[in-house]
Amino acid sequence: MSAREDILGRIRSALRDAPVAPQIPREYRATSELDQDALIHLLVDRLVDYKARVCVVDAAEVPERIAELLADARSYVVPAGLDAGWTAGPHSAPDGDRRREDSVSAPLTVAELDGVDAVVTGSAVAVAETGTIILDGSPNQGRRAISLVPDHHICVVNAADIAGILPEALRRIDGTRPLTMISGPSATSDIELERVEGVHGPRNLDVIIAR
Amino acid sequence: MRIALFATCIVDAMYPRTAQATVSILERLGHEVVFPSGQACCGQMHVNSGYLKEAVPVVANHVRAFDTEDYDVAVAPSGSCVASVKHQHPMVARSCGDTALEARAAAVGARTYELSELLVDVLGVTDAGAQLGSYFPHRVTYHPSCHGMRLLRLGDRQARLLRSVQGIELAELPEADQCCGFGGTFSMKNADVSSAMLEDKTANVRSTGAELCTGGDASCLMHIGGGLSRQGSDVTTLHLAEILASTAEAPASVTGDVRVSTGKATR
Amino acid sequence: MSTFLGMPSLPVFGTGNLHAAESFPTAAHRELGNAQLRANLGHATHTIRDKRLQVVSELPDWEQLRDAGSAIKESVMARLPELLEQFEQNFTAHGGVIHWARDADEANAIVAGLIRDTGETEVVKVKSMATQEIGLNEYLEEQGITAFETDLAELIVQLDHDKPSHILVPAIHKNRTEIRDIFLREMPGADPELTDNPAVLAMAARAHLRRKFLTAKVAVSGANFALADSGTLAVVESEGNGRMCLTLPETLITVMGVEKLLPSWQDLEVFMQLLPRSSTGERMNPYTSLWTGVTEGDGPQNVHLVLLDNGRSAALADELGRSALHCIRCSACMNVCPVYERTGGHAYGSTYPGPIGAILSPLLTGIESEENSSLPYASSLCGACYDACPVKINIPDILVHLRSVDVDSKRGKKKLPSQMDVGMKAASWALSSGKRLGLLEKGLPLGRLAAGPDQKITKLPGIAAGWTQSRDIPAPPQKSFRDWWAKEHHGPESGGTNAPAQGNAPADAHNNAQAKAQDKEDGA
Repeated sequence: MSAREDILGRIRSALRDAPVAPQIPREYRATSELDQDALIHLLVDRLVDYKARVCVVDAAEVPERIAELLADARSYVVPAGLDAGWTAGPHSAPDGDRRREDSVSAPLTVAELDGVDAVVTGSAVAVAETGTIILDGSPNQGRRAISLVPDHHICVVNAADIAGILPEALRRIDGTRPLTMISGPSATSDIELERVEGVHGPRNLDVIIAR
Repeated sequence: MRIALFATCIVDAMYPRTAQATVSILERLGHEVVFPSGQACCGQMHVNSGYLKEAVPVVANHVRAFDTEDYDVAVAPSGSCVASVKHQHPMVARSCGDTALEARAAAVGARTYELSELLVDVLGVTDAGAQLGSYFPHRVTYHPSCHGMRLLRLGDRQARLLRSVQGIELAELPEADQCCGFGGTFSMKNADVSSAMLEDKTANVRSTGAELCTGGDASCLMHIGGGLSRQGSDVTTLHLAEILASTAEAPASVTGDVRVSTGKATR
Repeated sequence: MSTFLGMPSLPVFGTGNLHAAESFPTAAHRELGNAQLRANLGHATHTIRDKRLQVVSELPDWEQLRDAGSAIKESVMARLPELLEQFEQNFTAHGGVIHWARDADEANAIVAGLIRDTGETEVVKVKSMATQEIGLNEYLEEQGITAFETDLAELIVQLDHDKPSHILVPAIHKNRTEIRDIFLREMPGADPELTDNPAVLAMAARAHLRRKFLTAKVAVSGANFALADSGTLAVVESEGNGRMCLTLPETLITVMGVEKLLPSWQDLEVFMQLLPRSSTGERMNPYTSLWTGVTEGDGPQNVHLVLLDNGRSAALADELGRSALHCIRCSACMNVCPVYERTGGHAYGSTYPGPIGAILSPLLTGIESEENSSLPYASSLCGACYDACPVKINIPDILVHLRSVDVDSKRGKKKLPSQMDVGMKAASWALSSGKRLGLLEKGLPLGRLAAGPDQKITKLPGIAAGWTQSRDIPAPPQKSFRDWWAKEHHGPESGGTNAPAQGNAPADAHNNAQAKAQDKEDGA
């Protein structure tokens, strides 16, 4: 008998008392009642608590803000589908040397990514209550590796993409895409259960909330 | 109201004054107390030690003693024993396949109350000083026992009653919600861990500067009091029923469980 | 759809790192002697308790989430064969490969075989309880394959050649200074000026592992959740080591217990609210990765999943114990446990310590395996674990159930009954009749005699000696309540005029004064 058949047989046999699957009581909150200002306010509060840096700007100001944040970066990577205007703002120099593009068809190697100082991505959806940003690998977010290896992640969140609570956010997502849920910079609580920020993932997380 | 007293075996044999105090409180409120003479023990020592088979006759005896129409509600001065009556008795009956006993056990459990629960929820006691004449001019700290807190969800009923006693000074017990380490046969089978838990509990009790530690379970108080006694502390333990029963005319002695229950003077 | 095949003989128990090699009281005695350990654990568990309470109290629907989580897991257990097949179909349809392992040995052999197929001799690992349980690292080492733990606490334990003592923070028993010393001693190239600042230590781990992450071709992980309706796997983590392992290598091998399934994507909204708050006491953990088989051009292109039984079917067969399989490995139960707080995780022997370990280990291995029968007794039944459990596993009830399984398993097998057996039998006789108890209570004055002039008992023989090692017992009263009631209680109307004739006066308001007078007499 194969291991598969053996294990499934054991499990069926273990359930010979035929337990009935209960109805799932879903009386927890499914929606939140916050307006956009309140959502932004809450998301900022949570992200700051995680020691992320956050700014809220008008959509038109995103390129300028990104340029400021990239000022010290010797190089940065963007997913090929990133809004082209975002990294060509009025104050950003022609970035031929600094700017790298990554896509599934033309991916950077891990070593190349390791040599890059920063990454700029969009995001799929955010959760205000938990301070969580979800990347789903869409063209403006790119492969998972690009938002992981560089030490500085600049992530743009559209205000319209902020959900109040997790159930609302997960309903907007296709679960079969490669997903990364990000709540602040990398951190650990492994020493005396005290949280410290900055381990293997990006040590610096800048979130730009675009109204 | 006709109230059946379940004294519990430990109070019956070791701390009769706790049961006497319970009777006194209820009678002061104008209720009639009966004592079903067939009662002995709730059986939780057997259940919690894994001796389910041996628990069956103990549980059956309790159900036999209390499955009568002779009273309105039953009360015990113990959160742990009431939790056993309510939660364990039907389970024990089920384990031996006795569905009739299970149903009777559930019915007995449904009308059995822990003392503070009965006083607050059923008898409407909100001010022990005014309604019972409770007077106890001492500095006291209070340990909420685990089973009352987590199985019966007594919340702050006991603390509220204590706070309403005239003259009492209630000192907050640090880490009050931590188990004292008794746990029935746990205190013998895992004596080292139990002692370590007790050590922290007694240190917290002593840190309050209270003259005594009260609570709603004689077993936990025996444990805490036994530890304090061994450590040579003057701090003693006293069941909250005895504090509620204490009055200005006839105050309860603060000299602790050991001496009070034996009628001995103490240092 | 497979049908019921053959005659599976149940239960088939698990193997691997699931056993206590010595009884819990023996191990606890040793661990309690380590003052540093107790201080470290006390500090860490109190820190996490406060954090958990804080973030849990923020959610107005915490109890509703727990109810949903509990029901979802109960449903998973009831529908497990069907959900496993559904998961398999979806995961496979997305290019993943599923392997089934009956026990630890089989799982280890599968993983080693998959690694050998890649030609690699090094793998990076994300912290995983399942691989800890099957002893994968040790097995791989025998096979000439080096596994690098990348979680900070796992790294600390691995560098120190120690064993994990907690399921979330395996190095919880070490404080920052001890960790600094381990790094200095065992980490190649560690800065001799290294301080014990946790942030500095975390940076040292980053530097140490960076090259490994960037060059690893194979990673091994566990999984927190598997969604049956989509074939999706999830890993919940903090440091980014998980993302590194799940994203950069070419081959990803995940080992997961069969009970980790959730029926649907919607269920994730419940568990991703329950787990982080219960676990690290955070509103959300820094990183969660989800993948469904293979995504072309993004992440590992060879994706394997080893589905592990290893005693889970045996636990499932225990109707009163099966809900232990609802566990999502958050560690809230051990963080609030007064026993764990004082003994630490090593005292439990198994990979799974604390309250959940005290039920899960014997359920997976059988109560008669090695010293695992001592684990269900490692609890005062205070119930703090049940209150903290995000999926409402009634750990105290299961502990009590397993104690009875243990007692029953020994009935008739012993040549001589134990003191406990004899005592329980006698107590059952005495306590199942008011008349018998009343008769025995006539002997109370004998106890007073035994207590001597101090009126306290300070030394008892046999198993009761455990009590008197740190506690006195009061001398018993001269008469029981029962006796007093029968002879002296006259109801409220006759009250004050009927004070008891004996010295053990009640704290009754009506006769207390006389009692006090009697006190003086007795004490004189």
